[in-house]
Amino acid sequence: MKQYPYTDKKDTRSGFGAGMTELGRTNPDVVTLCADLVGSLKIDTFIQENPERFFQCGISEANMIGVSAGLAITGKIPFATTFANFGSSRVFDQIRQAVAYSNKNVKIAVSHAGLTLGEDGATHQVLEDLAMMKALPNMTVINPCDYNQTKAATIASANLEGPVYLRFGRPVIPVFIPEDMPFEIGKAIILNEGTDVSIFATGHLVWEALQACQLLEDEGISAEIINIHTIKPLDTEAILASVKKTGCCVSAEEHQINGGLGESIAHTLVTNYLAPQEFVGVKDTFGESGTPDELMEKYGLKAGSIVEAAKKAIARKSK
Amino acid sequence: MNLQDIASQVRRDIVRMVHGVKSGHPGGSLGCTDLLVSLYFKHMELKTDDQGQVVFDMEGNNEDVFFLSNGHISPVLYSVLAHRGYFPVPELATFRKLDSRLQGHPATAEHLPGIRIASGSLGQGLSVAIGVALGKKLKGDSHLVYVLMGDGEQQEGQIWEAATFAPHHKVDNLIAFIDFNGQQIDGPTDKVMNNRDLGVKYEAFGWEVLHMDGNDYTSLDTVLTQAKGLAGQGKPIVIITKTEMGQGVDFMMHTHKWHGTAPNDEQLAKALAQLPETLGDY
Repeated sequence: MKQYPYTDKKDTRSGFGAGMTELGRTNPDVVTLCADLVGSLKIDTFIQENPERFFQCGISEANMIGVSAGLAITGKIPFATTFANFGSSRVFDQIRQAVAYSNKNVKIAVSHAGLTLGEDGATHQVLEDLAMMKALPNMTVINPCDYNQTKAATIASANLEGPVYLRFGRPVIPVFIPEDMPFEIGKAIILNEGTDVSIFATGHLVWEALQACQLLEDEGISAEIINIHTIKPLDTEAILASVKKTGCCVSAEEHQINGGLGESIAHTLVTNYLAPQEFVGVKDTFGESGTPDELMEKYGLKAGSIVEAAKKAIARKSK
Repeated sequence: MNLQDIASQVRRDIVRMVHGVKSGHPGGSLGCTDLLVSLYFKHMELKTDDQGQVVFDMEGNNEDVFFLSNGHISPVLYSVLAHRGYFPVPELATFRKLDSRLQGHPATAEHLPGIRIASGSLGQGLSVAIGVALGKKLKGDSHLVYVLMGDGEQQEGQIWEAATFAPHHKVDNLIAFIDFNGQQIDGPTDKVMNNRDLGVKYEAFGWEVLHMDGNDYTSLDTVLTQAKGLAGQGKPIVIITKTEMGQGVDFMMHTHKWHGTAPNDEQLAKALAQLPETLGDY
């Protein structure tokens, strides 16, 4: 399989911070808002360098979304930042009416998505945000996989006209995407070509999928690894091309299986090309306190779970 | 033409629009007619071309802009926008009908000139207006942002997030109105959920608070002029605007029953008899 050597481990939210620093220096229309989580979102440098383009909102996420929509009306490109839970489920109606339906150029950039925010527990571990956001017309939904891709996605989001939900997280994971790898919203990236099973992964489960690829290879199974960083619009062309070649697939995401990336892929397959699919994701349950690693293990999101799912999909194919 | 005559035509439009589609919100629309006519035909600085025709662009640079937070009183906004020249008056006949740009609640998806954000789900307009006011400041545009909210709408939590934010960030190019008609769907506001003294509340939050009779043109003129003079002095401004729901149609006044009810044929005739046609019906 193709190797992705890495020399560093970083959190994806730091990739967002780096992207914002660059945007602060290159795009004068970009403004940032935050609901009392500046340190967590890694936007200190942007604020230091552009104090007049930052608006502290306090613990008032609903107002932050509305103020962002207003700033967008005047031609600014606002990034509304908070934890994923508070930037989605808490403010769904505000996003629906003032951002998505009104089609405003607002970027909702959220950290601490999923189980891997860890010890804070289920109150903060949103696992339903992709379902909510992908259901909204006009909304683009992006879930990058490492530091470099998050930085690239942040910059690409600013250049896309329209609402964006950009989701990243807290866990420190390998920086394996080359810095110069092209990033195009809506365009999946084939990380490894294979013939027996397609593995479609998003967020930091892409790294787990690469580990699974190696484990499968050790058993003589050739897996195609595809990084779906854009949940919506979904690169259905890449998905269908891969499944037509391999005949089965696995979806992997740190999200509820209900309403997640896997369901979008299933919809694509059911309406175009029937093939067995297995789902790696959270199975209709809330999370709990624990270390990110413990939670990934307990809720079946690690490479081992992807390997099992891949074998199951392949077995169903042969029947 | 004087403002009262324009208002009479707007009120005719409101009852005819709501009657025409047998749905919509005439009560609050009639109550806020004089305020919107005063703003759009006298007090707001609007972008126009060489012929004096209003020109709409989404950003609203270098002009005053208005936001309707209590989107259900869309009939009054649509009629005022049409007569001010934002879109053809005959289009009022399409209100709430399939394929219309005049949605039940204001929206941007159909690109109706004069509308910059969707409203209807209550409590959101003040936040949006604050964002526009901040944007104007960033661009060095000294024009004002106006936003109208309902008094029942003050029960929404987001209002108080926004009310906290605006003084903190010295959003002093913003003039907010509260349509203080004392009525909401389930009855008098005091009975449904008592807002207590809204003036005292906003003052405590750091706002400049003014009071106005929203159905009296002398009061409207005086207080709107005063409010504009207070802009740029470090505080956002709120005007508690006393209105009578259903103003101008006697049987629709002094009750909450016409909040969201359309008149029948007989009631329409009775209402129109009280409202002289001035600019011509659509």
